[in-house]
Amino acid sequence: MRIFDSSQSKCSHGECSSACSGPGPHRLGSTRRSFLRKGAAAIGGMAALVGALSPLRELDESDLGSVEKFIQKHYKEMDGEEMRQALERISREVEKRYDLRPDIRDVRPMDGVEFVYALNLSRCIGCRKCVYACVEENSQSREPEIQYIRVVEMPRGTLDIEKGNHHYDRPTVPDSEHYYMPIQCHQCAKPPCVKVCPVGATWQEPDGITVIDYDWCIGCRYCEAACPYWARRFNFAEPKIPKEDINPRMSYLSNRPRHKGVMEKCHFCLHRTRVGELPACLEVCPTGARKFGNVLDPRSEVSEILKTKRVFVLKEEAGTLPRFFYYFDERHPRSDGDREAAAPGREATA
Amino acid sequence: MRDYAVFLWRCFRLSFVGDWRYGAWMLTLTAIALLGLNAYCRQLVFGLATTGMTDQVSWGLYIANFTFLVGMAAAAVMLVIPVYIYRNKELHDLVIFGELAAVSFIIMCLLFVTVDLGRPDRMHHLFLRFNFPLSMLTWDVIVLNGYLLLNLHICGYLIYCAYRKREPRKALFVVPFVLIAIVWAVSIHTVTAFLYVGLGARPFWNSAIIAPRFLASAFAAGPAFIVLALQVIRRFTDYDVPSKALMTLRQIILVALTINVFLLMSEVFTEFYADTAHSASTHYLFFGIGENRALVPWIWTSLGMTAAALLILYLPLARSLRYLNIACVLIIIGVWIEKGMGLIVPAFIPTPIGEIVEYRPTINEILVCLGIWAAGILLFTISVRITIPVLSGRLTIDHPYATEPDTETESNGSPRATALAFERSTS
Ligand code: SF4
Ligand code: SF4
Repeated sequence: MRIFDSSQSKCSHGECSSACSGPGPHRLGSTRRSFLRKGAAAIGGMAALVGALSPLRELDESDLGSVEKFIQKHYKEMDGEEMRQALERISREVEKRYDLRPDIRDVRPMDGVEFVYALNLSRCIGCRKCVYACVEENSQSREPEIQYIRVVEMPRGTLDIEKGNHHYDRPTVPDSEHYYMPIQCHQCAKPPCVKVCPVGATWQEPDGITVIDYDWCIGCRYCEAACPYWARRFNFAEPKIPKEDINPRMSYLSNRPRHKGVMEKCHFCLHRTRVGELPACLEVCPTGARKFGNVLDPRSEVSEILKTKRVFVLKEEAGTLPRFFYYFDERHPRSDGDREAAAPGREATA
Repeated sequence: MRDYAVFLWRCFRLSFVGDWRYGAWMLTLTAIALLGLNAYCRQLVFGLATTGMTDQVSWGLYIANFTFLVGMAAAAVMLVIPVYIYRNKELHDLVIFGELAAVSFIIMCLLFVTVDLGRPDRMHHLFLRFNFPLSMLTWDVIVLNGYLLLNLHICGYLIYCAYRKREPRKALFVVPFVLIAIVWAVSIHTVTAFLYVGLGARPFWNSAIIAPRFLASAFAAGPAFIVLALQVIRRFTDYDVPSKALMTLRQIILVALTINVFLLMSEVFTEFYADTAHSASTHYLFFGIGENRALVPWIWTSLGMTAAALLILYLPLARSLRYLNIACVLIIIGVWIEKGMGLIVPAFIPTPIGEIVEYRPTINEILVCLGIWAAGILLFTISVRITIPVLSGRLTIDHPYATEPDTETESNGSPRATALAFERSTS
């Protein structure tokens, strides 16, 4: 038989068209039956392919890349003008989607500043107010729910977080048998998440905050697997947020709206803290358990705490050098000024 | 150039030619692949929420299959070692099938990584800002693609030479590449293991034994796949596959499987005897934690299959090829469970901060996986379909495929007639 016949000389295979008319005997008189059969098979194949691709019709407009988005550079490579254009594009998108004109900026780190967080576990009552304040400040997805802070209810007598309860649900807190441990991104000084990212979409800034370029992340979730504090959150679906809940004050590296398929996490509210304000979770805390500040400033409250309290970090063995410290109130502080206040019997043993 | 285009065109035509069994097989595979494509399109629209993955278990079936297939791809080349190092004659002509399998497996690997991405539309960022050498994932991108090119070159060159009826210049264009491919096969495997081993946050992975265990289990499963493929080739074509070759493979499988079981036992002992807080994931895998026992039946099935296969391979009674087939099937499934579900998923349970959320793949996710498997096997079938007539000299440059005079008269180009001709020429 012959491999070549006319019904197939037109093929989708680019190179073949010349080949088909080329060598090898050409049989123009292929029978009608074979022609019909092959035609039917080809049409059937195409129909099946189109059918398989049909869900793509529902792609959202924002999913379809624009040239502008495609050529947008990595955050660190953009110059002033390019950043202005990117911010302009983002505002346009926000305006279209949420009917509000955002105040979006690219807030840069301050010189001579390294932020750390300190959290007093004796004070935390597990009310989760910080969790919700964070969701509002950073316009996190309400459906599916994304929260940067996880408060874990811990039985007294252990620091092993595997013993904690993540889903405690009590009419009133705190419970006297437990203490509460809020966990969010620890802004590690040696962040494994940064190390593993294949495209450099996440990095540590000079002020110690690890940030993500939401327009650069390819969504491989390697960083999520690498984080020892389970601090990263992935947008498994397009975030749903009611229009009135969007925070109009945004910055490029922090709380501007994210799309599906990218990573996000706590960024110490950098759009607030880099202009001298406090993080939203700290402001809302009713007990003052949260302390935040510049560790390079010896007079800051956090420097004082690091000096005088016996602070510890979670999972020290992971070796990531977190900038998030925990401590308990000490009943018998060691510092000289407090000595009179200490119980009388204690002085002998101390 | 033109000759090459003709060659490609003939290959393309040839992939449609075969008897009804071939047709049915190809049609089924195509249908499944299209179903998978459909499911993937749905995932593109609705995001990875269409999968069972969550922030807690952020890698699932996709990465599990990827891991398994990297092993298969690496091990397919293991056929080559006895040929070039021990000058094993029987395996010599079969090397090409190992390489072909490697190509298909690597392509499946790349597909699995791609469907796992949240933003496949930004793949080009890999070229613009490549976090090399810090990120193990960039290493993996390099070694996998390099391996693909190597094997494509080896297969392509050998087949094209046979087609042109040229004697391949082995010393220059084949042997060096084959030797590189052997080393490279170990590297794709090791790098993929390092992907997981390097994460201090996950004690389940953070153990030095993972990489050797990876190699051992793959060197059992890979040749097992080749044995099955060769059995099919032997049954349905006239290509000569000597039984002795299969027996050599059996030897490789036996050794690799034994080592794998030994390494597994060492690992299980360490975890359970010391019983530190870090063994929570292992506990979860083998016995479950409280109500959460989703993986328990899987891992015990896998262990049972591995044990059965080992038994079959060790019994002197079971030296026949039929038993070998059974053992191979058991090994492939057993290793798939162990390396896929058993290695990837438990590392996420409990999470680093102690939350237990189980992973249940969705139908959509499973369809995508099946689709990729079907596409890969389709590719492998086509490549074998083309290779056999070329290597046995039935398709060459001046000899388009199957020009039997008798078919000339009856044929109207229908696949069936060609298939008949093919059968006749083979019997
Ligand atoms: S806590 Fe996790 S996400 Fe935050 S810097 Fe450390 S490793 Fe990265
Ligand atoms: S998910 Fe995004 S940020 Fe995380 S490693 Fe992947 S590309 Fe980097």
